[in-house]
Amino acid sequence: MKFGVLMFPGSNCEHDAYHAIRKVLRQPAEFIWHQSTDLKDCQAIIVPGGFSYGDYLRTGAIARFSPVMGAVRRFADRGGLVLGICNGFQILLESGLLPGAMLRNRGLKYVCRQVSIRVENARTPFTGLAGEGDVWNIPIGHMEGNYTLDTDAFQRLERNRQVVFRYCTPHGEITADSNPNGSAANVAGICNPRGNVLGMIPHPERASEPLLGSEDGVRLFQSMIQSRSQV
Amino acid sequence: MRARVYVSLKKSVLDPQGKTIHHSLQNIGFQQITEVRQGKFFEIDFASELTREEVQAEVEKIARDVLTNPVIEEFSYRIE
Repeated sequence: MKFGVLMFPGSNCEHDAYHAIRKVLRQPAEFIWHQSTDLKDCQAIIVPGGFSYGDYLRTGAIARFSPVMGAVRRFADRGGLVLGICNGFQILLESGLLPGAMLRNRGLKYVCRQVSIRVENARTPFTGLAGEGDVWNIPIGHMEGNYTLDTDAFQRLERNRQVVFRYCTPHGEITADSNPNGSAANVAGICNPRGNVLGMIPHPERASEPLLGSEDGVRLFQSMIQSRSQV
Repeated sequence: MRARVYVSLKKSVLDPQGKTIHHSLQNIGFQQITEVRQGKFFEIDFASELTREEVQAEVEKIARDVLTNPVIEEFSYRIE
């Protein structure tokens, strides 16, 4: 399956994602510049982490207006797989492809460490090879990961099972102490109602080789590949 | 014409920066302060041929669509 990895001025995880897809997953991948509207026949789009446009105004707020995001929206509307990681998640929120917004982390500190997340919904194209309740060991690195949404919309999100990952203890318990940033209900990743757009704050591409301390992120990419090979 | 746009977190959203500033001000003796909210401020200059109504319409659209995220922020503005 061919992956497209977007590049904005200030992206800095695009090479990590490209490496994970090419060298670990052994799948074709191409970079796509933010000025382009051609997604090069990719079957999945990764909106990578970093600091697009220097995080000016709000995280993801300016990247949202890039020409490529119009193409990504049309791709998502047709059911294409879109994965936003960290700043990529923030861009998807600002673009309205996913509901809600990010506030600064509780404690106002940049958080960079290894965390545990629990798979809350294994019936998405991103988690099909995981079991519900599986705990993944995966790194985070962000200043704005404190997910928020008004109460009614949040209840809809929960009802629709759009919460895909939650921060948890290494044993899979959802506790206040295992929440690194104050995110509502420990949310670490959510999808759209159709399930083809996922935003997550943790970095699966940084957990894709033994050398990196965890390979749990590989299951996410493998799930994406499998979801399309069945079609 | 110049528009001044003020963006702040909605009252329903916790503003930890405002709270921290508030506590610091209290610690250095400003005891009478009841709340501090931190926000952003934009000065936007418009070409002189626009009418006040046109500027107002543009400012509102810019503030709504670009300068704020309506999930967490609100804005006010004045034109001079």
